[in-house]
Amino acid sequence: MNAALRVVLYEGDGSRPLENGDRYNVMRTLLEKGFAVTRATPGGHVSPAGDGEVLVLGRFSDGAAAAANRGDVRLRDIDGLDADSVLEVVETAAGETVGARRPWKPWFPVIDYDRCTNCMQCLSFCLFDVYGVNEGKIQVRNQTNCKTDCPACSRVCPEVAILFPKYRSGPINGDEVDAEDVRREAMKVDISSLLGGDIYQTLRDRSAHAKSRFSKERDSDRALKERQRCLIKLQQDLDIPPEVLASLPSPQEIQERAAAAQSKAEQALNER
Amino acid sequence: MPQPRILYCHCAYAQVVPKSVKEEVLRQLAASDVAFDAVADLCEMSARQDPALGQLAGEGCLKIAACYPRAVRWLFSAGGSPLPSEGVEILNMRVDTAETVASALLGRQPAEVAA
Repeated sequence: MNAALRVVLYEGDGSRPLENGDRYNVMRTLLEKGFAVTRATPGGHVSPAGDGEVLVLGRFSDGAAAAANRGDVRLRDIDGLDADSVLEVVETAAGETVGARRPWKPWFPVIDYDRCTNCMQCLSFCLFDVYGVNEGKIQVRNQTNCKTDCPACSRVCPEVAILFPKYRSGPINGDEVDAEDVRREAMKVDISSLLGGDIYQTLRDRSAHAKSRFSKERDSDRALKERQRCLIKLQQDLDIPPEVLASLPSPQEIQERAAAAQSKAEQALNER
Repeated sequence: MPQPRILYCHCAYAQVVPKSVKEEVLRQLAASDVAFDAVADLCEMSARQDPALGQLAGEGCLKIAACYPRAVRWLFSAGGSPLPSEGVEILNMRVDTAETVASALLGRQPAEVAA
């Protein structure tokens, strides 16, 4: 992808510094709207220029801004503008130079390869094709497929190697992993003992069991409660959001997807 | 020894970093005389494989105000621009106070907090 527009708040020669409060307001406003902002001061160290376009903001004098517009660097005079007006200036400039950016969502897994053992459990577990393999190594391939707020793959990772940086608690949020975390996660990973076999099979079995009991006992309430109990346990242990559970595909499709994922994982393991 | 570069992440797309902490850190940075880079959200840059991550990772000493160091390191890596193994200090605005983070960024002793 192309780098996003880089905004530089320039307070060097030829540009009078902003007041502290104004500088803060301008930067906060731009950051809240997704812009990266570099504050440049005389002699200060910032990241080097890349290939992307640069918009330099400053309180310029003597028409310096108009004279210096060339190439990938453009200047805009923000003298006397409040933060919202500066935002308008930047948004206009961004609209002129940066094409429509593909959407993203702030929820995706990140693999800690210092911990990952390439066991492929995440690949075989995820029904949504988030993971893939490249040269025998597990990767996050389709991060936009990830279901928002669902950290279930992280829960099934025996090494606690999958992070969701926006998750509320550790170690999934990136907090350091200690022995207790590994022990706790390993317990959750042991889905065989926890739920009696493959997790999706368990869902189907519980559903079938509930239906069977319903037909035998004509006790719809009891069957429903049993199914709810199973789903609640699953939801709690893996922290799967209810909406993700509710959006699971049909049992047949689950079976097909799970088989496909399992096949990919086995193939990757055999090729090692 | 060269002055370390400073990178501040505003974590704009989630409420996992306390608003009061990130805003106070930004306020103190903006009130100082130091130059620094500020990004809206490192997660977004990682997700987009933004080449600007490479410039931000760069070389030399770097101080990053963001979230958990393990998350930050692997976000850079996932974005295609691993951080150098040395010379990078990551400050965690999810757990540390604004004063602690700002003081570390600006190379000063944290102000004493009245008991």
